[in-house]
Amino acid sequence: MPHASPHVDEAQIGRIFRDESGRSVAALIRVFGDIDIAEDAVQEAFAIAVRKWADDGLPPNPGGWITTTARTRAIDRLRRESRGRELLGEAARTAATDDPGVPEEVSPVQDDQLRLIFTCCHPALSTEAQVALTLRLLGGLSTTEVARSFLVAEPAMAQRLVRAKRKIKAARIPYRVPDDHELPERLQPVLAVVYLVYTAGLATPGAAALCSDAIRLARTLATLMPDEPEVAGLLALTLLTEARRRSRIRPDGTLVVLGEQDRRTWDRALIAEGQAIVRRCLRRNQPGPYQLQAAINAVHADTATADQTDWPQILALYDQLLTVAPTPVVALNRAIAVGEVHGAAEALAMVDELDLDDYCPFHATRADLLRRLGRDREAADAYRRAARTAPTDAERTFFERGGRGAARPSAQPAVERRRPGG
Amino acid sequence: MTHYLLSVHTVDGEVRPSMTEEEMRLAYQPLADLEEEMKSTGTWVFSGRLHDPDTATVVRTTDRGVLTTDGPFAESKDHLGGFYVIRARDLDDALSWASRVTAAVGKPIEVRPFSGTSED
Repeated sequence: MPHASPHVDEAQIGRIFRDESGRSVAALIRVFGDIDIAEDAVQEAFAIAVRKWADDGLPPNPGGWITTTARTRAIDRLRRESRGRELLGEAARTAATDDPGVPEEVSPVQDDQLRLIFTCCHPALSTEAQVALTLRLLGGLSTTEVARSFLVAEPAMAQRLVRAKRKIKAARIPYRVPDDHELPERLQPVLAVVYLVYTAGLATPGAAALCSDAIRLARTLATLMPDEPEVAGLLALTLLTEARRRSRIRPDGTLVVLGEQDRRTWDRALIAEGQAIVRRCLRRNQPGPYQLQAAINAVHADTATADQTDWPQILALYDQLLTVAPTPVVALNRAIAVGEVHGAAEALAMVDELDLDDYCPFHATRADLLRRLGRDREAADAYRRAARTAPTDAERTFFERGGRGAARPSAQPAVERRRPGG
Repeated sequence: MTHYLLSVHTVDGEVRPSMTEEEMRLAYQPLADLEEEMKSTGTWVFSGRLHDPDTATVVRTTDRGVLTTDGPFAESKDHLGGFYVIRARDLDDALSWASRVTAAVGKPIEVRPFSGTSED
């Protein structure tokens, strides 16, 4: 029975599309074994929904309605084509138990989404292709939206998606959840893709919607894989970073460093949710890079003012992080914590050992440490280098002004910033 | 099932350590075992090892007829040293065979599907 809410507007359907299309596409790929057929059918079902729901109001289960309608549409269309009839024969054999009249089967549909995530993030695909496919198929973004988010021309992005889907089909990249023994290796690119989407949202002006897309994907993963501590860590990390996102940028577009942010504007609900997940991770005691970064962010979020920050605890967490993720970027962030606990001179000696000449936070950190040591001329030089390597206009302006109160840890992702696209 | 080409790539100028016949036999044993396993599981379709690229000859049609020239087609530092053609369930299956071949030969393997060979 339709709910008593006629006049469903397109914005509402757009939200439902983002929330539900991934599930429907995943279910239809299982039924038809073909990504394009699934995508087209789900698009068509939403086009029908726009007209129908405007008159009748929302059905009780919009997602189930979309999946059922898309399935019926796809079958109708395939019956009209000869190649389609072969495909239908196969689909009937592999999915004999599926009754298109049943609106939604919860658990198999969840498995479908998980399968699709692992297909999209298969290591045989480039990172750019993984990100684009995940946002398109699971995130429900249009090709135009994906292209715009990564500052890539739309035809180039369309081409990238076509190529990736062709490879999946030609090389037979499987549609399945990896076995337990493969999972640690195969989960890694899945987490990296979601985090990359999040950091792209942070770094790209006008692409903030990517942050909520990433959190939505992280929530889905956490529901589908409740026993994977790193999945929980990823969700907590994105939630805790998101809590501060709005305080990072002034209305004029310049950057506000962690120590100078107005903590009253931080989103307490997101912090509470993130910290609760971090506490569960600590109890589980199977630390990994995402959980540790989340824990560091949880400590930052814990105090009402920056000078109450528990730096020794943050340093201890960075020590652990450096063991599991021994990258120069982690070493840089750890050095910042060393600067707070043991002083700027010790930190600068560590920073100067690092080979990160193209990385803006490296110069920003050096500048800050040099200034604290009273070496103003060298500090000014380091700020100029920071401005030159800044990835966004907001950061460039900030460092050109001499970066008052420059970089503090956890303001930057500790995983090397690789922007997909371009 | 899909057919895949697993090609073994060698880089020019790689010095092969000189081996006694016994060392050679020992070095090839893992590969021989692997090929045996490919055959017993119905994976193996064909395989071969190639002579060095300086033994290659290129034939092409031009305005003046067929032209035959000495040397490999592509002047590159790495070239095809040998290959397997296998039948596998999907890419993961093919990749797991490829990772065992690369472990046995110590060289990178390119995995590429044949077109028009998908069958269930």
